Amino acid sequence: MKALNERDLKILAAEIRLETLKVIHSLGFGHVGGSMDLADLMAVLYGAVMRYDPKNPRWEDRDWLVLSKGHSGPVAYATFGLMGFYPMEEAYTLNKPHTRFPSHTDRQLTPGVDLTTGSLGQGVSSAMGAAVGNKIDGRDNHVFVVVGDGEADEGQVWEALHFASAKKLDNVVVFIDNNGYQLDGPTSAILDHGDLAGKAAAFGLYTQQVDGHDVAAIYHAIENACAHKGAPSCIVLNTCKGKGATFAESSHAHSSQPTEEQWQEALAASEKALEAVKKEAM
Amino acid sequence: MSIELIGRHEKDSRACRDAVAGNLEKLMDSDPTVCYIDCDLAGCINTKKLIAKYPDRAFEAGIAEANAAGIAAGLAATGKKVFMHSFGTFASRRCYDQIYMSAAYAGLSVRVLGSDAGVTAAYNGGTHMPLEDAAMYMSIPGATVLDPADFDQLAALTNALAEREGVSYTRFIRKGVIRVYGEGSEFEIGKGVVLHESDKDVCAVIASGLMLDEALKAWEALAAEGIAVRVIDMFTWKPLDEDLVEKAARETGAIVTAENHNVTCGLGSAVANCLARKCPTPQEFVGVQDRFGQVGPQDFLMDEYGLRAANIVAAVKKVLGRK
Repeated sequence: MKALNERDLKILAAEIRLETLKVIHSLGFGHVGGSMDLADLMAVLYGAVMRYDPKNPRWEDRDWLVLSKGHSGPVAYATFGLMGFYPMEEAYTLNKPHTRFPSHTDRQLTPGVDLTTGSLGQGVSSAMGAAVGNKIDGRDNHVFVVVGDGEADEGQVWEALHFASAKKLDNVVVFIDNNGYQLDGPTSAILDHGDLAGKAAAFGLYTQQVDGHDVAAIYHAIENACAHKGAPSCIVLNTCKGKGATFAESSHAHSSQPTEEQWQEALAASEKALEAVKKEAM
Repeated sequence: MSIELIGRHEKDSRACRDAVAGNLEKLMDSDPTVCYIDCDLAGCINTKKLIAKYPDRAFEAGIAEANAAGIAAGLAATGKKVFMHSFGTFASRRCYDQIYMSAAYAGLSVRVLGSDAGVTAAYNGGTHMPLEDAAMYMSIPGATVLDPADFDQLAALTNALAEREGVSYTRFIRKGVIRVYGEGSEFEIGKGVVLHESDKDVCAVIASGLMLDEALKAWEALAAEGIAVRVIDMFTWKPLDEDLVEKAARETGAIVTAENHNVTCGLGSAVANCLARKCPTPQEFVGVQDRFGQVGPQDFLMDEYGLRAANIVAAVKKVLGRK
């Protein structure tokens, strides 16, 4: 891990938000809510924590990222573009015919995507498989996997956490994007989870809960998680679904199709937010 | 491909599961990338020794097949050659979406082993009787689906699977079966084996797995009546050996398929699909006629579902009447 530079990470998070909006705007509609709320996590992971080589995305000693909530693809495409995995503009082909940037992350299409996801719950299991494989090979890398709170309705998520705990996969950090919403409404109204962090802890994971929009808090939680040996870790991120997208921040919608006017307003606000954080940092 | 046909209808004293377990052990001995995952049924196919010998690469995922399939896919992404086992019902229905998306769609190779093919689930009954498992895997683009007949064929195919890319599903019989092939017989995935043929053949019986010995018995019974038929072991259901099917249809003019599976969606359907495109031919389907499984001894079940040489003989006579 690099030393924490909060200023740089805040700027990177703002850049990721702006690019995520641009990626989805290229199509006009998409999964804005669950992409925008991960910008701060992605900034910390790719700005300070993870080991990767944009010129060699399949480098065997890299850290892995699995977005089990595969519909967050756009935030990954924005991050990878900014980090030099491909020219950023290429990601403005989201969901167009023959694009390398499908709505849900695909390891066969997009440089930087480690595992294919989209059918919810599955990425957690395949991430654990990758963690086992890396342990067999004696690598010291980590597998970071992001699960949605709505996704945690899937029993497979808990099978995978059970497995990770039983097999002592301490090279895994599971993030739960606790944004409180899923497609049909608030998670509390659809199938209330109760205490998600408590459940993860009960499954044997070393569990922390932090503000998912506080880059320093995320950084320190990951630092703790990576230092914790003998058990997998879980970090519950309290997030705002749609964070930083003016048309989605209050609705917390799963997917959005704003008007062009709303898009322009959101893009302008995002650019302004980036300028503000740059100034603030200076 | 070179085979020795024994075909004396004698039961093998060796259990098929040991063909899997023994060959997996040899594969793990020689290749450090071979991994094995079981779902609390290792004791049923004698693979506990793998878990004891290679605890890092052979392990239990517990009674959680969906998770096991995901683990298998993730392992494959780190360059491992992964085998995964459960009973056929659970190795298909309980993890279909995971195998479909996390493995096949993602371009990752996972070798699924489903034990107790069709009615060989016998005393475990209808809940454990896979009559649609192959159909599910055949619907996955690019998948390989195998239905081996005996110990030596299963042993040879287990070895071949290690080098086979993509998702594969092998439905096999756990216990002792009628021996068809001699030791050391070699098989090529995707190529059928002609066991009997002559220029007088008036029909081709295309069978595999449990039904192969029944097809050989039917060949003898028909020969005694002066009816010459071709017998083909089509142990690869997908990719189907379409050239061999088409050749058999052109040369004999009638087809009977025989499978230990639901006839609506298995070997017979695959053959019919091929023939409809390449050489429309009268065909009869021996197999489970769109029914659920049930409990009972295997002999009873083979009678109950019409999986006997007599059923094949009747089907041949019926299809000859349609020529």
